[in-house]
Amino acid sequence: MDLPTLLPAVAFYVFAASAVLFAFMVVSARNPVRSVLFLIMTFFSAAGLFVLMGAEFLGMVLIMVYVGAVAVLFLFVVMMLDIDNVELKQGFADYMPLGGLLGAILAVELIVLGSSWAFSDTAQSARLAPMPEGGDNLGAFAGVLYTDYAFFIEAAGLVLLVAMSGAVVLTSYHKKGVKRQNIGEQVARRAEDGVTLVDVEPGQGI
Amino acid sequence: MIIGLGHYLAVSAILFTLGIFGIFVNRKNVIIILMSIELILLSVNINFVAFSTFLHDMGGQVFALFVLTVAAAEAAVGLAILVVYFRNRGDIAVDDINLMKG
Repeated sequence: MDLPTLLPAVAFYVFAASAVLFAFMVVSARNPVRSVLFLIMTFFSAAGLFVLMGAEFLGMVLIMVYVGAVAVLFLFVVMMLDIDNVELKQGFADYMPLGGLLGAILAVELIVLGSSWAFSDTAQSARLAPMPEGGDNLGAFAGVLYTDYAFFIEAAGLVLLVAMSGAVVLTSYHKKGVKRQNIGEQVARRAEDGVTLVDVEPGQGI
Repeated sequence: MIIGLGHYLAVSAILFTLGIFGIFVNRKNVIIILMSIELILLSVNINFVAFSTFLHDMGGQVFALFVLTVAAAEAAVGLAILVVYFRNRGDIAVDDINLMKG
């Protein structure tokens, strides 16, 4: 077997094995912080698989979005919350047999389904956005992203905007009993609100 | 030894199963459940990219990008809900979430 066919195969098995191994560590680690770190390794391996498949752009986006943003968010939340890890891990052994059985059945079904897959004859003609011949992945991506899928990418941006505002609204909270500056109230204040003229009779107090 | 579509589908199937398994065995820890959901979405993405590559269709990769977007949004909102819940209750045990009596 020559090197150009052997090398991608070896890389595939390395990335696939590490992705599966780290994914298992994510769900079985005792400490949630370690789970997050294993999740990062899983995403790195998956990014390697993406690059092997020729989707370089998505592989890099996976690293940037997941490792750079989502995993760090998880890490912040895990480290911020003061939780009892031992208590949370209780019941792991109880659910293990049922979960393992269901998981094994599901995996066998999916693998049998996937390995018996065959493309239909009409699949080639039904493609949405055929890849241009000989171009790079980034060019092919950009070619369809802002033309055919322009509406969808704007909708995706809207989803992110709503999620961001939702997260901010959910987590922001105001402590009761703390005086804060209200600029609108200050600007709307007039002389009549603040000054009262009192006609004081001589010899009497107010 | 040519790596075909079936190989990638098998990896994706195993990752999906591990995500389901994680939800089952970590019934109390909602953070791990959120991470398992991320694993499931990752396996879906591997499926999309694999079919996109082997069909020579960019549509799958664009859709994978949208799945990525939704996954990021879901993680942000989910963790925000988690933080608010922790602030109100002092723990994050999923078993005790019965305020809405569902």
